[in-house]
Amino acid sequence: MAQSAEGDLSAKPWLLMSPALAAVALLLVIPVFFIVVYSFWLRTAVGAVEAGFHLDNWAEVLTDPFYRDILFATIRIAFITTVLCAVLGYIPAYFIANAGRQHRLLLILLLMLPFWISYIIRTMSWINILGASGALNYGLMGLGITSEPIRMLYNEATVILGLVHFLLPFMILNIYVSLEAIDRNLIDAARSLGSTSWQAFREVTLPLSLPGLAAGSLLCFVLGAGTYITPMVLGGPTDAMFANLVFEAVITQLNWPLGSALSLVLLVVLGSVVALYNRFLGLGQIAKSFQ
Amino acid sequence: MNDQAHAVEIREVAKRFGDFTALHPTNLHIGEGSFVTLLGPSGCGKTTTLRIIAGLLEPSQGDILIKGARVNDTPIHRRNLGLVFQNYALFPHKTVFDNVAFGLKYRHVSRDEMADRVAKALELVQLPHLADRFPRQLSGGQQQRIALARAIVIQPDVLLLDEPLSALDANLREDMRVELKRIQDQLGITTIFVTHDQAEALAMSDRIVVMRDGLIEQIGAPEEVYNRPASEFVARFLGNSNVLPGRVESRDDRAIKVAIDGVGTILTEAVEEEGAAEGDPVRVVVRAEKLQLAAPEAQAEAGTSILPGGVEAVDYQGQAARYFVSVNGHQMQAVNAIDERPFRKGEAVSVRIRARDCVLLPSSKTEG
Ligand SMILES: Nc1ncnc2c1ncn2[C@@H]1O[C@H](COP(=O)(O)OP(=O)(O)OP(=O)(O)O)[C@@H](O)[C@H]1O
Ligand SMILES: [Mg+2]
Repeated sequence: MAQSAEGDLSAKPWLLMSPALAAVALLLVIPVFFIVVYSFWLRTAVGAVEAGFHLDNWAEVLTDPFYRDILFATIRIAFITTVLCAVLGYIPAYFIANAGRQHRLLLILLLMLPFWISYIIRTMSWINILGASGALNYGLMGLGITSEPIRMLYNEATVILGLVHFLLPFMILNIYVSLEAIDRNLIDAARSLGSTSWQAFREVTLPLSLPGLAAGSLLCFVLGAGTYITPMVLGGPTDAMFANLVFEAVITQLNWPLGSALSLVLLVVLGSVVALYNRFLGLGQIAKSFQ
Repeated sequence: MNDQAHAVEIREVAKRFGDFTALHPTNLHIGEGSFVTLLGPSGCGKTTTLRIIAGLLEPSQGDILIKGARVNDTPIHRRNLGLVFQNYALFPHKTVFDNVAFGLKYRHVSRDEMADRVAKALELVQLPHLADRFPRQLSGGQQQRIALARAIVIQPDVLLLDEPLSALDANLREDMRVELKRIQDQLGITTIFVTHDQAEALAMSDRIVVMRDGLIEQIGAPEEVYNRPASEFVARFLGNSNVLPGRVESRDDRAIKVAIDGVGTILTEAVEEEGAAEGDPVRVVVRAEKLQLAAPEAQAEAGTSILPGGVEAVDYQGQAARYFVSVNGHQMQAVNAIDERPFRKGEAVSVRIRARDCVLLPSSKTEG
């Protein structure tokens, strides 16, 4: 009796988790497994894909400085984007966290509003603002400040602009969640002990909101580094990011094996960032912003 | 001016949140070095009053004076007050030492003096060995002591405590009550203490301010508010009281005879010129402990009234018992020490009320 009851108990967690495990296996583990296998296949000169164990793709990806440079550029762009999001996101997050109850809900709703519009359309909207016949140039020429449209689009800066535009809400939400969780009494206590509101912010609010800032930064970095639409729409010919290489290999050249190897490189790099983060800060905070 | 004698004074201070008045215009003087408790049920405006004094809340009107100086326009960080919160509000990312030292950073104190004062404060709360811990590594009682140390280390002019003990369990709460009082005595610091626990208020305070719905009902020493409640509300809020509505039957300068509706007549002492004339509707308040049950054949002595009753229920409490007694169909409560054996349910008794234990209140329609 006791034996079977115990047996039931130990089997139960697996039973309960099985739908989730099945989903993870089907949607994540198995596809990644196929990509790994693919990366060792080879696309021959005639365009056929040859199964087998070839290291050619890996040799190309790991030795060609072209890929390395774009990887570094991708990390740089994602990093700058993350820093900008952190700085630009903190202020609205602080503002929302300190707004009255009803305003807070409205502001969060407004923050979510852009998600209802396709990311691609949001990105393309910059062309109407910054393009040669866009709103900004139209205004500048109308005011007579310039006679020729100024070339503002299709460089690294506009890629970063597009990424910040895309990622800022994620950062704001994460910071907001950690700010919101701070007990108001802590700030009152700090104030009563003699600190000005700025000092109380520096001593109490800021350090206690760092977990949210870190979680938001991780999210922005990973999403930013993995994007290909923004550089495609807003970047120039030399502004490709790493995911564009994957896109190029798979969609344009139909070279699935090379694309697989490239995407695994990106997966490993971003996976390491997440692992490092988890090692030192823990991933728990990120889950909070989705509650 | 005699303002100097008052550590804190509030004049006609009121607080409105939109249409809702949390605090009606209120006046209050708090003497230097005294321990004053704001006591009242939930929502009566205790915290509001405290926060206004602290500078965390702007009053809708009125003046706040600390040590005789008006501080309405002084921001909280320059009021030099020590605040202790119900949830302790220790900084979770700082060690105990850094928590306690926090206020000293803004007071131009040398490093040595800081360490010295923090050590002394930790000693005062009897936790000198915990300086390196983080708040999450402390028990609730320890956190409360650290919060207290943090508030007193800055030598505040006034210590403000908002239900500091209510998050502790019953035993610990009583220990901390004694402890807090000891520290307050030792430092001689003016203290404003907020609670809704009447036992806490009675045990600790020099003066109790009983509040209700944003108004002060009574201010007085613990014995005063306990024995001479100014209103039925105060009588009921501080322990079990019997409130008996009746009418003045006759009076002379020593005693007032009151006919209690449907019960009988009882004698009360005429303390002052309360203005109760013959025929006036009044209420007589008798605390449950003062209602003495005796054998049914007991005779009335001078200055006491005897009413016949029957025990309806007994709540046995060990050294004492609480009885619910029916007197001519009206229920009264009596808490009596047990002599030999408690009275039993259904037993006939005589209810004895001494005239000097009765408090006479005028009848007013506004009170329920
Ligand atoms: N910011 C606010 N806005 C609106 N009403 C408020 C606000 N703060 C307090 N109140 C109201 O004012 C009244 C008094 O509140 P207060 O916090 O002073 O009560 P309290 O006596 O401390 O009660 P408790 O024992 O529950 O802490 C309550 O009815 C409360 O709902
Ligand atoms: Mg309160």
